[in-house]
Amino acid sequence: MQDTILAMRDITKTFPGVKALQDVSIEVERGTVHAICGENGAGKSTLMKVLSGVYPHGTFEGSIEFDGQPVEFKSINDSEASGIVIIHQELALSPYLSIAENIYLGNEQAKRGWIDWNKTNLEAAKLLKRVGLRDNPITKVTDIGVGKQQLVEIAKALSKEVKLLILDEPTAALNDDDSAHLLGLISQLREQGITSIIISHKLNEIEAIADRVTIIRDGKSIETLEMHSGEVTEERIIRGMVGRSLESRFPDHESNPGEELLRIEDWTVHHPIDRSRKVVDGATLNVRAGEIVGIAGLMGAGRTELAMSVFGHSYGTGISGKVYKRGVEVRTNTVPRAIEAGIAYVTEDRKRYGLNLIDDIKRNISGSALGKLARFGFVNDAEESTVAERFRKSMNIKAPNVTAKTGKLSGGNQQKVVLSKWMFADPEVLILDEPTRGIDVGAKYEIYTVINRLADEGKGIIVISSELPELLGICDRIYTLSEGHITADVPRSEATAEGLMQYMTKYREVDA
Amino acid sequence: MSAPTGLDKPPVDTKPAKPPTSGVLSYLTGQLSQVGLFIALIAIVVFFQITTDGITLKPINISNLIIQNSYILILAVGMVMVIIAGHIDLSVGSIVAFIGAVAGVMITKWDLPWPLAVVLCLVVGGLVGAWQGYWVAYFGIPAFIVTLGGMLAFRGAAQIVLDNKQIAPFPDGFRDLGSGFLPTFGSSGYEPLTMILGVLASLALVASAFRQRRERRKYDLESEPLWWFVAKQAFAVALIMLVTVQLASYDGTPIVLVILGLLVVGYTAVMSRSVFGRHIYAIGGNLSAAQLSGVKAKSVTFWLFVNMGVISALAGLVYTAGLNLANPSAGNGFELDAISAVFIGGAAVTGGIGTIPGAIIGGLIIGILNNGMSILGVGTDWQQLIKGLVLLAAVAFDFYNKRRRGGL
Repeated sequence: MQDTILAMRDITKTFPGVKALQDVSIEVERGTVHAICGENGAGKSTLMKVLSGVYPHGTFEGSIEFDGQPVEFKSINDSEASGIVIIHQELALSPYLSIAENIYLGNEQAKRGWIDWNKTNLEAAKLLKRVGLRDNPITKVTDIGVGKQQLVEIAKALSKEVKLLILDEPTAALNDDDSAHLLGLISQLREQGITSIIISHKLNEIEAIADRVTIIRDGKSIETLEMHSGEVTEERIIRGMVGRSLESRFPDHESNPGEELLRIEDWTVHHPIDRSRKVVDGATLNVRAGEIVGIAGLMGAGRTELAMSVFGHSYGTGISGKVYKRGVEVRTNTVPRAIEAGIAYVTEDRKRYGLNLIDDIKRNISGSALGKLARFGFVNDAEESTVAERFRKSMNIKAPNVTAKTGKLSGGNQQKVVLSKWMFADPEVLILDEPTRGIDVGAKYEIYTVINRLADEGKGIIVISSELPELLGICDRIYTLSEGHITADVPRSEATAEGLMQYMTKYREVDA
Repeated sequence: MSAPTGLDKPPVDTKPAKPPTSGVLSYLTGQLSQVGLFIALIAIVVFFQITTDGITLKPINISNLIIQNSYILILAVGMVMVIIAGHIDLSVGSIVAFIGAVAGVMITKWDLPWPLAVVLCLVVGGLVGAWQGYWVAYFGIPAFIVTLGGMLAFRGAAQIVLDNKQIAPFPDGFRDLGSGFLPTFGSSGYEPLTMILGVLASLALVASAFRQRRERRKYDLESEPLWWFVAKQAFAVALIMLVTVQLASYDGTPIVLVILGLLVVGYTAVMSRSVFGRHIYAIGGNLSAAQLSGVKAKSVTFWLFVNMGVISALAGLVYTAGLNLANPSAGNGFELDAISAVFIGGAAVTGGIGTIPGAIIGGLIIGILNNGMSILGVGTDWQQLIKGLVLLAAVAFDFYNKRRRGGL
C-alpha cells in the first residue's frame, strides 16, 4: 500500500541566467530510505534547499505536499516545525559547547528562561543511546571525532521529533567504520518509522541502504529506480547520472616507468601534540619516472601525515628519515625547499589548504610559482593571463574566464584549478591526496586522464586514496599503510581489494 | 573585489553574461559596489559645497583639506596592506607621537641636520615595526594584542623622550614637509608647475588605464563597455583637473600631496603587480593554502609590519612638521581614522580583500566630513557620532552588495 510522506511536483527554480531545477518531481514513501543521485551541479542541493525552506515559498514554481498536506515553507524554521530536518555536509555544531548543549541549541530545555541542566543532560543521554553514542553528554563537541559529531547531528534531529531526515553526503568525511555505523543507524531509524533522504556520491552505500533512488541530471529528474528489484547496480546508476554508459570508470593506460625519481627512507613522524606517538613509523617508499604509485590505508593510518611531513615538514614533530631525489639526498624541511626539490603536494582539503576561495582562477594557478612570471619582483600580468587561459582550456575548467572566483566553482572544477596550480609549478614528483574526493563521476574520469598524461610526461605520481577501486584502476603499484607502517608493496597485476584490505588492517588486528 | 587596482576593474561574475537588452541602468547597478564609493564621495562633497555656501571647494580649503588629512591618508596606505593580510595595527597613532618626539629631540636638542634626522626617524620607524612584526610573525601573537601593547608602550615612550613637554619650533626646511609648497612660477593666474603636474598625472592615469584595457581585451577578459570606460576616465581626469586648477589658483602644489602621490602610485603597483603584494593577498585570503603553496608567510608578515612602521614614521614626520610642534599626545586616535578609512574603502575584516585607491577614497570621505562639519560649526560630539554612523553605513552597504550579487 502506498503511503507517500513527501511529494514535490514540477519544481522549477531559476537563478539569474541559470535554470537550476526544471520540473523536478519526486515522491518519497513513508518509512523508506530514498537516495538522490546526480553529478555535482545537477541540482540535488538546490532541491533540498527548496524543500527545507532555505529558498522560501514563492521563489520557485511547483508544489510540495508533506504528510498529506500542501505546505508553503517560508524559512527553515517552518520546515523543522513540520518535522523535516536537514543535516548538511558541513556539520553545524558549535565546537566549544557540550554534546547536550548542541543537541538542544535553539530548543533549550528551559523553565521560565532558565536552562534545566538536569533535564538537558538526561534527555540528551537518552538520545545518544538511540544513535549508539556512548559518550558523556557534557563532553565538548571539539573533543569527539567527526564521525561522532555526525551522530550528534542526528541526535539533534531526533530531539526535534523528526519525520523526514535529509542527509547531505553524510559519510563524505567519515572512515569506513564510522560510515558503516552511520548507515546501520539510518536503517535502524527506518524501522522506527523515520523516513530518510540521503544524498551521496558513494554508490556502494546507496546500493547497500536505499530502497529507492531518484536520479537528477542537469536540473531535471531523470528516473526513480526501485533498489529491491535486484536489477539496479552501480553501473546502472552511473548510466543514469551521466546520461550515457561509461565504458570504463578509468581510462586505459600503459605506464613505462624509468629511473627512480624519489625515494623516502626510514621516514618517522611524531604527533605534533602527543610527541611520544609515532604517526608514521619507519616508512620507506619510492616512485620512478612515469610511474603512478598508490598509497592505500584506512583513515588514521597516517597517509596524509606522511605526505605532508615530506612536503616541507608541514605536519608533525620529531621528523626523521631521508629523502633522495634521483639518488641524491635533498632537504625538504620547508615548503619552498620541497618545491625547489621538485615535489608538489595536492591537498585532500582543497577549500582549506588548496585554494584562496575569494581570489580568481588566474591568481590561484600562478600562486605556487609566481617567480616564473615575475621580473625584479613584479608579476607580468599578460603572461599570467596567457598561462591561466592555457590551463583553463587544457584542463577543461568550466568557467567563463580566468577571472572567475574559485569559490564559485564546483568541486571538480576547483580540483582542476589546484591541479593546474601544481602543474604550472612543474614539479617532478606530484603527491595527490584524495584527488577525486567529493567530485562527480565525469570529472573523476577527467582527473584520471590528467594523472595519466602527467605520468606519460615522465613525472612520478603518488596517489593517496581511501577508495580502493580508484587505486586499483589507475596505479601501477600500491603501498599499503597501517598505523604508520608500510605493510606491503603490491604491483597492480597482483593487487586485489581483499588482499590490500588485509595489509591495511595488519596492525589494527595485532592491537586488538 | 580582489582587483587591487580597484578603480578600473569590474568584478567578473561566473554567471553567463546578461543579455544586451538589459541596458545601461542594470549595468550600472551591477557596478554599484565599485561606483558606490565614488558616488558617496561626490554626494558628500556636493552636500557640503551647498551647505557651506561654496567654501568647501574654494582653493584655500582644498589646499587645507590635503594638508590636514595627509597623515591619515599616508597611514591608510600602510593600514590597508596590514588589513588585507588579515592583521591590524592599533599602534600607529602612538608611533606618530613617538617619531615626532624623536624628530624633535634630534633636530632641536642634538642639532642634527633635518634631512639626516628624517632618514634616522624612518629607520627608527622601521625598527619599531620590526619589533612588532617579530612578535606577530615569528611568535604568533595576534596583531591585535601586539599592537595594543605597542599603542600603550609607544605613547609612553613618546612622553619619556619628550619628558612630558612639547618641543617647538622646527627649522623651515623641515616644516615644509608638512605645510610647504613646491616652488611657484609666475605671479598671477594659474601657477604653471601645478598645472603641468596635474596634466601629467591625468595623462599617466588615462594611459595606464588604456594599456590595461588593451591587455585585458587581448585575453578576452574585458566585460566593460567602451562608454563606461570612457566615462570613468573622463570623470577621473575631471576630478584631478578640478583639484589642480584650484591648487594652481592658490599657493601651488603642497609637498605632502607629492609625497602622498608617490606613495599611492608606488604601493598600488606593489599590491597589484609585485610578488610581495600577491603574497599579502594570498595569506589574507587563505593562510594555510598560501603556506602550502610555498609562500613564506612569516617573512611576509614581518616585512609588512616593518613597512607599516616606516609609513607611520613618515606620517609622524609630516604631522610634526605641519604643526611645527612635537607633542607627546599627538596622533591620538589616528589609528581609528586610518582603520575606518580602510574599511570604508571596501576592505574585508577577514582579510584578503581591499585596495589602496579604495582606502584613499575612504580617507578622503572621512577628511571631507571632518572639514565640512568643522566649517559648519558642528561640535566634535556630533562629528564623532556622524563619523561612526558613516563607517557603519559604508560597511553595511558593502555587505548588502555582496549578498545581492550572491557573493561568497
